Amino acid sequence: MIRVPSFAFRVAVAAIILCTGTSRMAAQTDSQAPATPPAAQEPAKAPDAPQNPFAAQPAPPLPPGMTGSDTNDPRYKLTPGLYDAGETSLGLKHLLLLKKPDSFQLGVTDPDDPKVQKLIGQLGIGGGMKLPKELQLVIAELAFSNSDLAFQGNHLFQGNFYGMNIYDISDPAQTRLVTSMVCPGGQGDVSVYKNLMFMSVEMPNGRLDCGTQGFPPEPPAPAGHEKERRPPVAQADRFRGVRVFDISDIKNPKQMAAVQTCRGSHTHTLVVDPNDKDNVYIYVSGTSFVRQAEELAGCSGEAPDKDPNTALFRIEVIKVPVAAPQDAKVVASPRVFIDPRTGALNGLNNGGSHGKNDEETKPADTNQCHDITVYSAIGLAAGACSGNGILLDIKDPVHPKRLDAVNDPNYSYWHSASFSNDGTKVVFTDEWGGGLGARCRPNDPSKWGADAIFHLHDDKLTFASYYKLPAAQGDTENCVAHNGSLIPVPGRDIEVQAWYQGGVSVMDFTDAAHPKEIAYFDRGPIDSKMLVLGGEWSAYWYNGNIYGSEIARGLDIFELMPTQFLTQNEIDAAKTVRVDTLNVQNQQKLEWPAQLVVAKAYVDQLDRSQGLPAERIVALRTAIHNAEISHMNKGKVAKLRGMAPSLEQSAGAANNPADAKRLRALAEILKHPSA
Amino acid sequence: MKIFSDALNSRIDRLRVACMPQRHAERICAALCGVLLAASAGAAFSSLPLRAAQQTDSATAPVVVQPGAPGKPTKTLPSSTKGVLPARSPADVAFMQGMIMHHQQAVEMTALIASHTENKDLQLLGAKISSSQSDEIRFMQRWLAARGEAISMTMAGMSDMDASGKPVALMPGMLTPEQMTALRNAKGAEFDHLFLTGMIQHHNGALIMVKDLFNTAGAGQDADIFNFATDADNTQRAEIKIMQAMLEKKPSEEKR
Repeated sequence: MIRVPSFAFRVAVAAIILCTGTSRMAAQTDSQAPATPPAAQEPAKAPDAPQNPFAAQPAPPLPPGMTGSDTNDPRYKLTPGLYDAGETSLGLKHLLLLKKPDSFQLGVTDPDDPKVQKLIGQLGIGGGMKLPKELQLVIAELAFSNSDLAFQGNHLFQGNFYGMNIYDISDPAQTRLVTSMVCPGGQGDVSVYKNLMFMSVEMPNGRLDCGTQGFPPEPPAPAGHEKERRPPVAQADRFRGVRVFDISDIKNPKQMAAVQTCRGSHTHTLVVDPNDKDNVYIYVSGTSFVRQAEELAGCSGEAPDKDPNTALFRIEVIKVPVAAPQDAKVVASPRVFIDPRTGALNGLNNGGSHGKNDEETKPADTNQCHDITVYSAIGLAAGACSGNGILLDIKDPVHPKRLDAVNDPNYSYWHSASFSNDGTKVVFTDEWGGGLGARCRPNDPSKWGADAIFHLHDDKLTFASYYKLPAAQGDTENCVAHNGSLIPVPGRDIEVQAWYQGGVSVMDFTDAAHPKEIAYFDRGPIDSKMLVLGGEWSAYWYNGNIYGSEIARGLDIFELMPTQFLTQNEIDAAKTVRVDTLNVQNQQKLEWPAQLVVAKAYVDQLDRSQGLPAERIVALRTAIHNAEISHMNKGKVAKLRGMAPSLEQSAGAANNPADAKRLRALAEILKHPSA
Repeated sequence: MKIFSDALNSRIDRLRVACMPQRHAERICAALCGVLLAASAGAAFSSLPLRAAQQTDSATAPVVVQPGAPGKPTKTLPSSTKGVLPARSPADVAFMQGMIMHHQQAVEMTALIASHTENKDLQLLGAKISSSQSDEIRFMQRWLAARGEAISMTMAGMSDMDASGKPVALMPGMLTPEQMTALRNAKGAEFDHLFLTGMIQHHNGALIMVKDLFNTAGAGQDADIFNFATDADNTQRAEIKIMQAMLEKKPSEEKR
């Protein structure tokens, strides 16, 4: 099936020979190193394990008591390829992949590098042969990575470490690129509000003027001072923080403000205060290093006991006047990890030191949030904050107060959070390995790098269960839990979620203790021999379709298809929910119209859960059908209304809370239905 | 070899011995290996039809723009614009080489767990650290090899001698040969304690290395190293916290 051109074959053979040679050489050198432990002691390596770093490695054996993912799943062994990888799906139709634009890919200059040409020559391939431009994937994987998504009207905003791409999605199957905005600085997390677009900048190459050149290494030290450490040069043009653009002209975004912060902005969250129409707020989560005070006044990366004004152990709140975005500024730096009794800023880990009391054994506390999801309708925010999941009261958005904090021994890095629509559950994610590693291999534990679903009751979080992509993935696929959004199917809690090269997985967590997958899409690895960074960064539902931000390949667009786990009525009911704007971390309360299609979705669910006897299901379907074909004839509608009281009665005796809610919601629609 | 920056750390500077001339051949091979694997993959898929949508209608052709500083106008760039990257910093290379050596000690420590303790919590933790750090070692090696840099500082170092016969300095936080010996000779609860305190010390050293990297002008602008260093920092902070909790919990359990 795969036709390998003869050139590719020759090169591949040469590569294999060369890699083998490298391994031997490395192994020989290894044996000469006295301090290297016997290889046999290392669980993951055989004595003569090759050290080619491009070779994929299987996971070590499962720790005792742990289980891994399913290797019989069709997703486990898909054929590799960048644009021609094998694909498989359940309940998701792949409509389109739009490739990343050329302006967001490295120019093909490297193959002309004399060193590269010389090496090729030595292999006898030479003759001015140009290396394929896909070489760029190896040497600059992340610099042009696609990242998070936001939506407004007919436009999709796709963040990138190199800037932003804006697409027209008025016809999702005919999606087209409108604007490529070059403005590097990583990681390009994006939000939109009316005519404003916000963008996170975190890396030290970020510049106020969106320049691509970054900043130079420091000049050589003067003679005789080579060994002295010198502080780095402060750069007045460096930008790390949140940019504010005016996007009134979608083809010509204009930078209005660039709000500097000490740690930059890894992610940010748009916060809209229901009581303040003149301003919007941005919560800034900085996860990287604190820059020097010489560059941005007041920045300190000291421990809280040394400097109470440390830029660690806080988030920032930016206030953006909607009518004067150029005046955006930081107005608060809430100490969300504070211990309210002692006032210690590092209140989420006061374990104290157990070793020598020097710098190398000091305790490390939770000092940052990675991402915060606000749910203003219920006045709460859930923060995924490296070592902890936290719950914040945000009724006063400038002064969020911590209500609860949780930890989990199986969690490596608390990464993101989302609420169920009714606010009774929170789904956290663990980005074990930072997204760069293959962490869904058959022997990677199902509790590591997974979602953790918590109950939320009386402002307290209680652990319910883990959910990890059920299908095992290959050794060359970076894979771990990542960004997702709710799919507005009434009567159920459903989230679509990105798992990097694990693809897209749709999970039902209505029963928090027993989450299960109901749909998926997956591709084979980009490469079968080495891990090339790629896969879905975010997968979000927006007004009827699912959009996936593929790190290396581009933009994926999907449509939900009916299966035994999700009916067409449920999909159609989800499509009744339309929003003007979607910033997933600014969670909006979903509300469904009193339409019969929503009623039909509830009936399908009650049928599936056996929440009503079969004859009542049939009677409901018949009555709804008759009302529909009669164009809401008064008599038929009255018949529906007449069915409501018995449904409410059944709700009182329902088998489970989910069915009770469905029965009540169904009764409500039948009282005042619309077509 | 000029790959070591005086700016990173004098301790790194003293590790020059790690990268000896005979490594050169291996370095080229490792780089070529990566290049060619990519090339073979590239050539294979370039002959197949792409499923990506084509954009040919000039009336709706996309624009490429570059905003100015706040308040300044936005430029329109030619449609032929290609991406460019800032220059790579020598400090980036030195950081990766040093961190590989640093991580290898963690893997070495975790390899002792199976034969030295029955503590289930520690076994789980050790498996996780071993898995994460082995994985990260390969990531760092790929990063170096794909850029034509040496990946083999690891062979020297540790308790080895440098050219003048003095012990080579360890990367920050690394256990001394004496600490490693004590760990190897301990069993049970004593091992657990030495492992946890040792690994906390070790992880805290990694935090220092990351701090030094970002305090170097021009360093950390490569997206891969930036992301890796930041994530390694975050992950190790979280693991430190878990280990501290285990240390606090242990005495009461041992009394039973």
